[in-house]
Amino acid sequence: MTAGAMGAVAAGSVVWPFINQMNPAADTKALSTTEVDVASVAEGQAITVMWRGKPVFIRHRTPKEIAESKEVDVSLLRDKQTDEQRFKTKPEWLVVIGVCTHLGCVPLGQKTGEMRGDYNGWFCPCHGSAYDTSGRIRKGPAPKNLEVPMYSFISDTVIRIG
Amino acid sequence: MSAGPHASQRTPFQNPVIEWVDQRLPIFTMVNKEYGVFPTPKNFNYFWNFGAIAMFMLVTMIVTGITLAMHYAANTGIAFDSVERIMRDVNYGWLIRYIHMNGASFFFIAVYIHIFRGMYYGSYKAPRELLWIFGVVIFLLMMATAFMGYVLPWGQMSFWGATVITNLFSAIPVVGTSIVEWLWGGFSVDNPTLNRFFALHYLLPFVIVGVVFLHIWALHVTGSNNPSGIEPKTEKDTLPFHPYYTMKDSFGLVVFVAIYAAFVFFMPNALGHPDNYTPANPMVTPAHIVPEWYFLPFYAILRAINFDIGIPFTDIVFFEAKLGGVLAMFGSIAMVLIMPWLDKHPVRSARYRPKFRVALLVFVVSVLALGKIGGMPADAPLAHIGSFLLTTTHIAQILTLYYFAFFLVILPYLSKRERPLPMPESINDAVLQGQKSDQKSEKCCEA
Amino acid sequence: MKKNMEKNSMFKKLVLTSAALMALSVPSANASESKGVHEIVDVPFSFEGPLGTYDKASLQRGLMVYRQVCSACHSLKRVAYRNLEALGYTPDQIKTIAGDVTVMDGPNDEGEMFERPGRPSDRFKSPFANDKAAAAGNGGAVPPDLSLITKARHNGADYVYSILTGYAEAPHGVVIAEGKHYNKAMDGNVIAMAPPLSDGAVSYEDGTPQIVSQYAKDVATFLTWAAEPELEHRKQMGVKVILFLCVFAGIMYAVKRQIWKKVH
Repeated sequence: MTAGAMGAVAAGSVVWPFINQMNPAADTKALSTTEVDVASVAEGQAITVMWRGKPVFIRHRTPKEIAESKEVDVSLLRDKQTDEQRFKTKPEWLVVIGVCTHLGCVPLGQKTGEMRGDYNGWFCPCHGSAYDTSGRIRKGPAPKNLEVPMYSFISDTVIRIG
Repeated sequence: MSAGPHASQRTPFQNPVIEWVDQRLPIFTMVNKEYGVFPTPKNFNYFWNFGAIAMFMLVTMIVTGITLAMHYAANTGIAFDSVERIMRDVNYGWLIRYIHMNGASFFFIAVYIHIFRGMYYGSYKAPRELLWIFGVVIFLLMMATAFMGYVLPWGQMSFWGATVITNLFSAIPVVGTSIVEWLWGGFSVDNPTLNRFFALHYLLPFVIVGVVFLHIWALHVTGSNNPSGIEPKTEKDTLPFHPYYTMKDSFGLVVFVAIYAAFVFFMPNALGHPDNYTPANPMVTPAHIVPEWYFLPFYAILRAINFDIGIPFTDIVFFEAKLGGVLAMFGSIAMVLIMPWLDKHPVRSARYRPKFRVALLVFVVSVLALGKIGGMPADAPLAHIGSFLLTTTHIAQILTLYYFAFFLVILPYLSKRERPLPMPESINDAVLQGQKSDQKSEKCCEA
Repeated sequence: MKKNMEKNSMFKKLVLTSAALMALSVPSANASESKGVHEIVDVPFSFEGPLGTYDKASLQRGLMVYRQVCSACHSLKRVAYRNLEALGYTPDQIKTIAGDVTVMDGPNDEGEMFERPGRPSDRFKSPFANDKAAAAGNGGAVPPDLSLITKARHNGADYVYSILTGYAEAPHGVVIAEGKHYNKAMDGNVIAMAPPLSDGAVSYEDGTPQIVSQYAKDVATFLTWAAEPELEHRKQMGVKVILFLCVFAGIMYAVKRQIWKKVH
């Protein structure tokens, strides 16, 4: 009995390292989440941060932009999502992955003065997809809204992505 | 292959060297027993070539694979470049790589025909169930190997195919995400993923060799099935494997290889996707991510489940659409695995089961059609029927329904109800009947 | 007995249907790729067909077009100058071509990077240091590397030709954003690349017409070679292999018949 139990413990301890070695390594884990302090981003401005190798757009929306996004008749959209489904807790902060859902180009509209397209959100320079201030696809060939990554507010102005 | 116990009864060989070896390890006796004089039904048609052809393809893939591995580098930074170096600078590198690349397709062609033959002639039925199960295991291992191999060139389709397929596991409730990150070794398909896929892509073919050995061992215990599905009764029903089937298999193999060579030399990229000649870029998603053609029917089944499975008109959901699709896809292969227990009709061959034959051929057509749909975008509009817009997804759903109905409804029903046609007494009688019926058509398909 | 015949014809039908479906399922992927109209012109090229070979004069002209026009934005980083031997250039000519560019090398003994003229063993020099620089210099869109372009696009050489000759006025009602161009061959009809070719832009010395369609054809030929330098060798070997296998199959069939004669 005891010998069998000891054997099982031994087998388990030997197997575990061989299974666990496949999990993300320490250097990979170090890059899995990123914390962004958005205190310095004024209303109407946006910043881009890199997360897991992809650009993430964080936009400080103006009340007007939020109102515009809410007014949209969802049933007319290609990828039907209300504005409420697009942000978490704070409507003024919109966080989306900055990869066009058509062919994955990085849309313009982050920097002031850049083209933002017909819906004042983002505009993809490759094939002309236009996103609204909620990151939803409104015009052009892209099939889906810009993806919203996992994120949470760890304080009023610090967002943890991932 | 159980030469051991019989070693004492062996007959001596003329050649002293062979005899010396054989006394100590009766390997020549075994080869002679299993491939020389092995009694084999005499009525095989050319469908019976595909086992040997699949074996040839396995060896081809291992030989070309090992040589490619001598030049390939499994690192995201240089994997694509190393493949291009094989194509451009390594002596005959392009040839070896095209043989390997198209070899995957032709291996699957051979194995799909081999599986169809097993289904049509009832080779899965008792006493060959275990033989059949080993076959399905080989098929699953092949799929895993092919999938990981396709990732190695690190082109766009490699990367995004790997992303889509590994993400399937995220559909598993609770532990899904952990499993996917464990598979990736990170938070997306990246260098650790490529590196381990290479290690496994190199390993799995040898596991396949092991299971093939068991498959053949099991075959040589029960003996081969044959087009009539009747077990050999007398010596009149069989022939020694050599030279009859060695020569017949060789002829079929050369024809198969000629078609394979036509692809390798004249249209090496016809079965691939152009996107895989663009280096992988996690920032750029291709317009349509499609797997290799041999996975398309399963991909179509996966996408056909685009609805949550639960109790209608309530909010109760058992499986979300994503999980439902994954279950359907794996379930479709599980169906093949349990086929011996779904179809218990006493007659093996579809030749004497007209209803089963029709159901099976419809099944084959629906699998091919699923393959076609799998290569098209989901929800692509096909036609307007009144105000109803028919899309590819609807077709895929109907075909998927038939796929499962074939196994779960039609086979059990037919095994109870179908009345077989009158059958010949023995294989010998079946052959004689066949010869009388029509010389010309027999020549084409039956020997 | 009739049943047996039926069964056989059923098999044949099945095999034929499967073959037809397989054949269909390959181009299906292409069809699904297209959004909107995009016209690909089918150009007759010398390298098509099982016996096709490259037209060396066209390859040399194509190289000229690439070097004088395309190379301003597009890299060709998988092709080395030494490979130009296949275009019919002598080692000395290749040295001259390679020497036209300066490449960064090093570090030297002092630990510094230095510039030197290109050598035949160098790969074609890229116009931009990296993708970021390429994007910054081209309004955000990276001009793709051309070494594999004909393999990386459906219809390969025809696609390259069609893009180069596909520029046109946008049809009425189609608005093209600033910095973009209307192109009949492009997926979605909008392309970032400005029309690169114009009649007379490259001067040919061999009297070939100096018009856009000729430039496009030559450069498409050149880029096909860049993507598939092994093509001629592959096809020549293929003919021999297929012939050998056909004879071999014939002999195997005869052997098999001979052996099986006594059976039944």
